[in-house]
Amino acid sequence: MSAPAAHHYTSTGLDSRKIAIWAFIGSECMLFVSLISTYLIYKGKSLVGPYPHEAYTSPTGQTFPPILDIPVTSASTFVLLMSSLAMVLALAAVQNKEVPKHTTGDRILGSSKLWLWMTALLGTTFLGFQAYEFTAFVNEGLTIRTNLFGSSFFTLTGFHGAHVTAGVIWLVSLLAIDYRRGLGPNDALNVDLAALYWHFVDVVWIVIFTLVYLIQ
Amino acid sequence: MATTAMPVGSSTAPHEYENSGLWSWLTTVDHKRIGVLYLYTSLFFFIWGGMEAVIIRAQLQGPNGQLVSAEMYNQLFTMHGTTMVFLAIMPLSAAFFNFLIPLQIGARDVAFPRLNAFSYWVYLFGGIFITVPILFQLAPNGGWFGYTPLTTRAYSPGINIDFWVIGLQILGVSSLAAAFNFITTIINLRAPGMTLMRMPMFTWMSFVVQFLVILAFPVITIALVFLLFDRFFGTNFYTVAQGADPLLWQHLFWIFGHPEVYILILPAFGLVSEVLPTFSRKPLFGYPVMVYSGILIGVLGFGVWAHHMFSVGMGPIADSFFALSTLLIGIPTGVKIFNWIATMAQGSLRFTTAMLFAVGLVALFTIGGISGVMHASPPADLQQTDTYFVVAHFHYVLFGGSIMGIFAGIYHYFPKMFGRLMNERLGKWHFWLNFIAMNLTFFPMHFSGMLGMPRRIYTYDGGQGWDTFNFISSMGAYMLVVSTSIFVFNFFRSKKRGEVAGSNPWEAGTLEWSIPSPAPEYNFAVLPTVSSRYPLWEGNEHDAESARINAQEGKTPAQLNIVLPYSTIKPLIVAGSMVLMFCGLLTTIAVTMIFAAIMVVALYSWLLSPLEPEHH
Repeated sequence: MSAPAAHHYTSTGLDSRKIAIWAFIGSECMLFVSLISTYLIYKGKSLVGPYPHEAYTSPTGQTFPPILDIPVTSASTFVLLMSSLAMVLALAAVQNKEVPKHTTGDRILGSSKLWLWMTALLGTTFLGFQAYEFTAFVNEGLTIRTNLFGSSFFTLTGFHGAHVTAGVIWLVSLLAIDYRRGLGPNDALNVDLAALYWHFVDVVWIVIFTLVYLIQ
Repeated sequence: MATTAMPVGSSTAPHEYENSGLWSWLTTVDHKRIGVLYLYTSLFFFIWGGMEAVIIRAQLQGPNGQLVSAEMYNQLFTMHGTTMVFLAIMPLSAAFFNFLIPLQIGARDVAFPRLNAFSYWVYLFGGIFITVPILFQLAPNGGWFGYTPLTTRAYSPGINIDFWVIGLQILGVSSLAAAFNFITTIINLRAPGMTLMRMPMFTWMSFVVQFLVILAFPVITIALVFLLFDRFFGTNFYTVAQGADPLLWQHLFWIFGHPEVYILILPAFGLVSEVLPTFSRKPLFGYPVMVYSGILIGVLGFGVWAHHMFSVGMGPIADSFFALSTLLIGIPTGVKIFNWIATMAQGSLRFTTAMLFAVGLVALFTIGGISGVMHASPPADLQQTDTYFVVAHFHYVLFGGSIMGIFAGIYHYFPKMFGRLMNERLGKWHFWLNFIAMNLTFFPMHFSGMLGMPRRIYTYDGGQGWDTFNFISSMGAYMLVVSTSIFVFNFFRSKKRGEVAGSNPWEAGTLEWSIPSPAPEYNFAVLPTVSSRYPLWEGNEHDAESARINAQEGKTPAQLNIVLPYSTIKPLIVAGSMVLMFCGLLTTIAVTMIFAAIMVVALYSWLLSPLEPEHH
């Protein structure tokens, strides 16, 4: 968010921050690869339930149904995917800030505040779903200490949730700048960086949703 | 050879930094000063870790040593390894990344000067965090590799391992931030004409290392997060009784740990690849192959981790795979050795201290490389694992390799850092004593290891054939104290009273030698142009012209209309509050919250303030 230093010579012609964010995303890939691999290695290794996809009856006769709620998580996944769409529109709005707007549709599409708000709200809604899911699991008897599934599931999805939270804070910071002085084409790179990060976090969720929820 | 006219050993004293008070060092964002800060700090930790090793050697000098207790011994060898890997060799390399990369590629600074300062302060505070506990006998005591389940709460209930887990997380932040910075710098801030295949070999090897850092450190981060959660929140990642895989930690640790080995050695390879051509008066032999072998070492480095685990019983297929991949990685490493020898062949050799250390690396690393190939074979490894043979091996590659290469780099680049030459006579005393002492210390360990002496034992009974070898090793260690003392004396004496160096005392060929010594704060008066790998040896007229302008001393940034970044204390505040925030994990959550708040405020203040004055 510092002042753009476009006047500096660069070898590639790209702004350095763009290269740095790609290096950062590459590094983040290894972070999630480690988390997801551990989840998969521990899949089916828990000695006690609740389990993700199978019912479990404890030695004391207590029964636990399969714990993952795929319809609810499908809804939250849809919300997160839509937030990426809103993010694309927010970036386009910032880039085209100086293009004249003629119709109401132009003005709606051209509102960076609207689409940044939308992205942040959809992200927050996803986090709300996650908070609901975590609470429900704890009520159903699965905590981070219960078994290997609990440890690896909460850590993996919790790390992802923390990334979404960081993204929402980033978006709100951009909104604050937008309200203070207005985001224009000169700020497009700053929004672009946030967008790259946001899309990355989104893609990671698609991998998690597929591997953790959909594949039994 | 179209050498540009460089003043060699000019008589005027080198200029000092205009502003050199304490505040200027706390707020600096100049990559050269940050490099010097890294150098001082890591040399301090190198000596600190060395003293730990000396106590270890004093304990093992004879059978049934009583100098320290078993518990203290565990803390000493854990902190010796942790200190040397994370607080000495990596940041010694980082000192050169900082100081040299922008100078070698013709840039005014790194891509993110403030992030660079942040990396340094995180390293310093993290280093203090992990080092201080040993003064209270509370230091980490589970080995630098921290194997679970030994390091889980059940078997290590004390605060010792908490310092290690949190300390390594902090240091990881520093390394990662620096790696993003250097990758961007090398990709984006090369001077016109500085194509990738014209980059100096040190910059190339550093480039490979930064990729290893960004890909390997997240893995240890996660392994440590699991351990932290197990210790603090009662998760089950390493609880075998709950069905956990007893090898999970080992796999994650070594997926990080083996690339880490190349993170430690490749910068030293890069440094000697600068020193050897300079003092052979020949371009580096087989430059493209040197680049490719460096990349190949980096790539293969991710496929060999389980050779650290042959004794855990992974089965013949996994053992065979990792044995083969390990043998394979010997090929690009061997290529480098042969190319260095071919660089020297028929050159007009000058055996300065830097050259002696560089040749020392070629010789000693080869010994360590060969013993490494020996335990690439699982049957041989089963005999050698956890014995002093392995200790001998990795000290030949890390001391004989990394440290020798770093010393070569210090003697070579000292004039560019401080404007004066290091004393050659003392330097040669340092080299020869160091070379002899190093072999005296570590060569006998091959024998004591082969005779079955295990690692990490705090004492041993006599009469097992180990006594003489241990005695010799300890004598060598004391001799290393003498040689290192000579180095320290030479360093500070030369900084004050060394011979004035001039811009290019060694008549080297790369860009960093075209500018005055010490380098002016803006590095290059004009952005240099580059048309070959050794612009000062074989550059065209255009290159020579920019080098001539850049060699002029005494210009201020204002005269040259160069905009420099503002100095700022904010990176230090963010780094300090981040480390204190981590300290809160060991005390109360309130501390964490307070310093997290300070960190966030300082971070926003940093991000919202401009890097440099508006350009007119």
